[in-house]
Parts: sequence; structure tokens; C-alpha cells
Amino acid sequence: MELAGIDITKEPMEVGPTTHYVMGGIRVDPESQMSTVPGLFAAGEAGAGLHGANRLGGNSLSDLLVFGKRAGEYAASFVNEKGLGDIDPEEIHKAEQEALDPLKRQYQSTTLNPYKLQFELQDLLQDKVGIIRQKDTLEEAHKEIDELAKKAELVAVSGDRQFNPGWHTALDLKHLLTVAKACACSALARKESRGAHSRVDFPDKETGHWAKHTIGLRKGEDGKMEIVETPILEIPEKLQKIIEEQG
Amino acid sequence: MTTATFNIWRGDAAGGEFKEYKTELSEGMVVLDAVHQVQAEQAQDLAIRWNCKAGKCGSCSAEVNGMPKLMCMTRMSDLPTDAPITIQPLKAFPPIKDLVTDVSWNYEVKKKIAPFKPRKPDFEDGSWKMHQSDVDRIQEFRKCIECYLCQDVCHVLRDHHMHEEFIGPRFLVYSAALEMHPLDTEDRKEDLREAQGVGLCNITKCCTKVCPEGITITDNAIIPLKERVVDDAYDPLTRLVQLVTKKKS
Repeated sequence: MELAGIDITKEPMEVGPTTHYVMGGIRVDPESQMSTVPGLFAAGEAGAGLHGANRLGGNSLSDLLVFGKRAGEYAASFVNEKGLGDIDPEEIHKAEQEALDPLKRQYQSTTLNPYKLQFELQDLLQDKVGIIRQKDTLEEAHKEIDELAKKAELVAVSGDRQFNPGWHTALDLKHLLTVAKACACSALARKESRGAHSRVDFPDKETGHWAKHTIGLRKGEDGKMEIVETPILEIPEKLQKIIEEQG
Repeated sequence: MTTATFNIWRGDAAGGEFKEYKTELSEGMVVLDAVHQVQAEQAQDLAIRWNCKAGKCGSCSAEVNGMPKLMCMTRMSDLPTDAPITIQPLKAFPPIKDLVTDVSWNYEVKKKIAPFKPRKPDFEDGSWKMHQSDVDRIQEFRKCIECYLCQDVCHVLRDHHMHEEFIGPRFLVYSAALEMHPLDTEDRKEDLREAQGVGLCNITKCCTKVCPEGITITDNAIIPLKERVVDDAYDPLTRLVQLVTKKKS
């Protein structure tokens, strides 16, 4: 309470919910932590979504320790086995140019500031894809995310490549928008309330159609995000045994 | 709404200068919030290192109006806004860019301190018995978040640049935690006296004053270490005995 400057034994304290964890992530194989892209590994908050619809406090630490270890070990053996592989120099060049674009545009008062877009995205997600969700505002969010994505292609930053947080923000923005879109897509599709996903228009947990383990999102043939519903898998026998033993 | 003026050091290893920025303050702001606001509005490439915004990661160390501080724990309402507020990088370490310094010297120093070497377990199940008072003594040293504000304020490092001869308050605290550990069997006294320069500290207590975790660095860590080192190396009676036993052999 040092920074809030209040004494909670004498006056009330204001508490509010806020976004602090993504309960979903890159789909990975549970043993190796490798994604569907060979050689791309993900663990912790970036990987899978181990915690279902509601992560309990403290659980992400054990998640990243266990699965971080696996990811590291499998990544090491993958590279030892497969080598570095051939990468098309053209693709590297293209990625490099894309990354440098915001710097080439050098920030002026008339250009788009990446920080400003990031703040707009934060406000948008808090308001419309936040704690309590519903169809019409989620649909608005979709449109607004698309508009922001168009603007994000034109952001400009000052300075050079050395320790430049503005440039990092510009680079992050593209991926923040992808994750934002994925959240909004899943939230709109899932017509029920479960864990931290609360829909005012569908307030109850639904045990029929939406008893799904995952909603997978991938880039469809038209370049748009596509939803793939995945049924809940049977619990492997050895895990079921452990659950029963633990009571 | 109050407007505050900041003089923020901009530059890199080759040199730099203070630049002036003005920004609007809002209620409850800390210095880090204000610097982030300046960054977003006027200086996108302003380099700062930060992470938790809660005084627990030790990343946002800088000198605010000449005092080593965690920017995230320094409230704007505690600073006078009638004059410009200066923010500069830690002086004891080489600058990388703007408010970011290269603190890697600290990591190298830490590697040279003899690690924890516990005695054999007291019981067959691999456990030990310790007195609560011995456990309690070292608890405060464990609060260190390695923000290096104590290293920055210490004149032995800051003004005399004796980085080769002196490990600084942070690592004296670290050594004290190991030396005073009830299970530890390692003897670090000679290292402390010779290579690590515990004698260079002349107990001005500046480190204790700036510690954001409130560790009583000088009184509880450094002075007891000095006493142990002196007892070991300079005790007249022991020296006499050593002299006699040496002659005999």
C-alpha cells in the first residue's frame, strides 16, 4: 500500500479486475513442446493453454518450469538431429526489410506513433474483449482491430536500432494485433460462459456443443483467421491413474 | 493538472547530454510512469530498463535529482515540481544508452564468491537442525533484489572506480548471507580481506540509506564481516600463537 498512499485498516480500498494472463497459446505437442511448425517450440504463457479456462495464482510458475525444461531439451535434440536447415536468403531479407520499415519512415508529428496505437488497442480490448463480453461489442471489436491493423502498417519511429523501445513497440504491435484478433475470434465463437470467459448473452456453462477442449485458430486459405473446434481428448491411462491415486 | 519538467540524460558510451521534456502529471504517478509518458509522447527511442513496476525486479534503477532510486517506487508527489527533475543513469557503471547501464561487472563479481557449502546432514533422512535465531539473522539479506543502487552510491566504486579491488555492498551482503548461514562450512575470510577488499569500506552507510528493501547493509552485513576478517587475520593473541607454532615447525 506504499504507493497507493492508503491505510486499509482505516479506509476502504478499491479493487478492480484486470487482464494479466493469456489462457491460450501456440498449439504444441505435450512431450516435446514443438508447434505444428517444425523447429518452433513454445512453453509457459506462450504455449498451449495448460490451465484451461481459468489459471490459478502460482500455477504458471510450475507450468513454465516443467514445460520450459522440456522445450529446451527437445529444441536442443532437434537442432542436433536436423542441423540448422536451409533458409531462403530472400525470406530473411524480406523479414529484415519489414522490420526496418518503421525506422525508415522516421517519426514526425504527422506520422503514426506505435505507442498511441498500442494504447488504443489496450483500451479497445479492455472495453470490448475484457472481463464481461457480449456479441455486439465483440463484433465492434473485430472491426476496430482490423482498422488498427491497417494503421499499424504505417507506424513510424525515431532513432536507430540500438536499444530503441519505440522500435520494439512497433515490431510488437503486429503480434499484439494477431493475439487480440485471436482472443476476439474465440470469445465471439464460444457461446457460453466458462472460467474467465463471461458472456452476458450466454451466462451459463454449456455442457453440450461447447464442452470443447480447444478452439484452434489458424490462417485460412484466404489469409483470414479460421476457427477449428477440437474435441476433448481422452485422458491418457497413466495420467488417469495418477488422478485416481491422488483422490 | 500539473506540468513537470524533466532533464533526462540522453546519450551512449561515446557521451551525451541532458535534454528537457515537459509532461502533464496525473494522480498517483511514479517517476517511471512519467518517463514512460515522455517516451510515448516525445522520445520513442528513449532507452530505459524496467519490468515489474512494483519494486521487486530491481531493473529501473536510476538517479533522480541526484539520488539513486528505483523509478517505479519514487512517487511524483514526493518531488518538487517547481524546478526541473533530473534523471540520469547509474554513475558507477558504463552507459549503454540513455538510462540503461551495463551492470554485467556485478555478474562477474558474483561468480568469484565461493558458493554455499553445507555440512553433512545431521539426520539420516538428509535434514539438518538449526537454531531459529541463526535462520532469522540472514533472512534480511535474502530480500536483496539486485538493483545495484548500493553499488552505485558507494564512493569506492562510484568515485574511486575500484571495481578491480572491491566487490561493493551488494556482494558483501551476499557473502554475509553465506558466511552467517548456520550450515555453511566454507571460509571466505581470506578472499574478503584480499581480493574482495572488505577493508575498503569505511562505513559511511550510504548503501544502507539507498536500499529499497531496507536491508541494514552496513550494520548487519559489512561490520560483522569486517569483525570476522579482523579476528581471523589480525588478532594479536592468535598471531602470537601462530608465530610460536610456526617456529616450532
